[in-house]
Amino acid sequence: MGFEKFGRKSFTSVTKTAKFVDLLAEGKIEGTICKGCGAKFFPPRADCAKCFSKNMDWFEMPRKGKLETFTTAYYAPLGFETDPPYTMAVVDFGGGLKLFARIAKEIKPEEIRVGMEVAVKPLKYEDGQLSFEVTKA
Amino acid sequence: MKDVAIIGVGQTTFVRGYEGSIRELAFEAFREAMQDAGIAQKEVDASIFCSAPEYDKQRSPAGVLAEYLGLIPQPTLYVETVCSSSSTGLKVAYSMIKSGLHDIVVVLGFQKMSEITSAESQERMGRGADIQWEAPFGTMMPAYYALYAQAYMAKHGVTHEDLMNVRIKSSTYGVTNERAVYRKPIKPQDFRQGDPEAKMAGPVAWPLRVGDCCANADGSSCIILANAKKAKSLSKKPVWVLGIGAASEAVNMAARPDFTRGLSVGYGAANQAYRMAGISPKDVKVAEVHDCFTIAEIMAYEGLGFAPLGEGKQLIREKATYKEGRIPVNVDGGLLSKGHPIGATGGSQIRTIVLQLRGEAGIMQIPGEPDIGLVHNIGGVGLYGNVTILGR
Repeated sequence: MGFEKFGRKSFTSVTKTAKFVDLLAEGKIEGTICKGCGAKFFPPRADCAKCFSKNMDWFEMPRKGKLETFTTAYYAPLGFETDPPYTMAVVDFGGGLKLFARIAKEIKPEEIRVGMEVAVKPLKYEDGQLSFEVTKA
Repeated sequence: MKDVAIIGVGQTTFVRGYEGSIRELAFEAFREAMQDAGIAQKEVDASIFCSAPEYDKQRSPAGVLAEYLGLIPQPTLYVETVCSSSSTGLKVAYSMIKSGLHDIVVVLGFQKMSEITSAESQERMGRGADIQWEAPFGTMMPAYYALYAQAYMAKHGVTHEDLMNVRIKSSTYGVTNERAVYRKPIKPQDFRQGDPEAKMAGPVAWPLRVGDCCANADGSSCIILANAKKAKSLSKKPVWVLGIGAASEAVNMAARPDFTRGLSVGYGAANQAYRMAGISPKDVKVAEVHDCFTIAEIMAYEGLGFAPLGEGKQLIREKATYKEGRIPVNVDGGLLSKGHPIGATGGSQIRTIVLQLRGEAGIMQIPGEPDIGLVHNIGGVGLYGNVTILGR
């Protein structure tokens, strides 16, 4: 249990990576790092597909990166009807680490450019759901 | 390699709101394919049913549909790779026949999407991606493809006009296809920004507009495959499966290496299929590509080697993919005009190429008696890629 608190609406309640949500509550955005071979994962994984280890540590993700791509959704799937328009993006931190999230409303759609410097930070919705978002660098 | 051939094809008209159940829907394409092949059910050794789950309520549809089609007690099974399910079904059928296990196998793709609302269907499609780490942000298929479009268009100078011209080509042929859901002509003014009358211009997931997206539909398709011996004795015009390629990719967008290069599975599946068939892209005379969105068609040109990376736009600018062009693509209207009944789509693409190679495509027939055709069928947001090469 615990993972149902992730995101605007979660479709998963039980996962071995549910600690991610506790870390978000502490203001941290963390991925997992394999104790066996040092491979880093974001989104977090409980199992290392490189060396088969299940021993993972948590590591804090970089907070600044480049906006690799984005889109603004004008329609939404069931359960998100009140949200549009909202913008979703992929942020590239380099070294093979990337992150998918919504862009904060503080960045106006017309200001958004592929390749711009951005930051990421944890987010708490009014209903208590926990997530993270892309903000100004 | 002429070991396995297609001896029968069938497809329903793709519609919004089919007036019947999934078994009745499946039967329509099956009847047409069986009559095309000229065989009876007792000659079929196995059946494969292909769809994406959760649009209708039936669990484990294979047994239910096999019974309705009169294909029991032969073995039957269900295959799923979302939008490319029936191409995957063809691959499984090929393997069953090539192994010597069966002589004749039926591949039936179906989807009845109209039992749920558009918002519900967007939610299910979004759940065809990463439900743990992405769906909680409110993802849907147009948004995923828009992520590719944004980065790809910025890098390669592809414009909204280029995307529009993909849709205009699609509608040129969609109006001629009696099996297509969208048969109205589309003109540039339909895309004019800020014009309330411009029905294709509204944003869905920017940079993709209404006119850049294919529509949900209900439909079924059926492909009947046979070994060489049966194919030669039963069919006057067997169409041989010359090459098959299939690939997979990370589900999460954060694990995709480069959005400016298009879908990696398109390249991977194409390379395998070309190698198996022993041909190169220039040998392909007619192709069906997975144009679920306009941008997907331009990226597919490059994955298939019809154009170098970044130059796919030139094919649409030069009208090279029209019927009279260097490499005709989606001359049946593609997904954009036919509609996209997920599990039925691959079989519909395969049917189009089979008809082209037989010279039986009617008003859609390309000139020059094509001998080799290609089908490019993607599942999810490039989660699965399938390329099938067919020849006379």
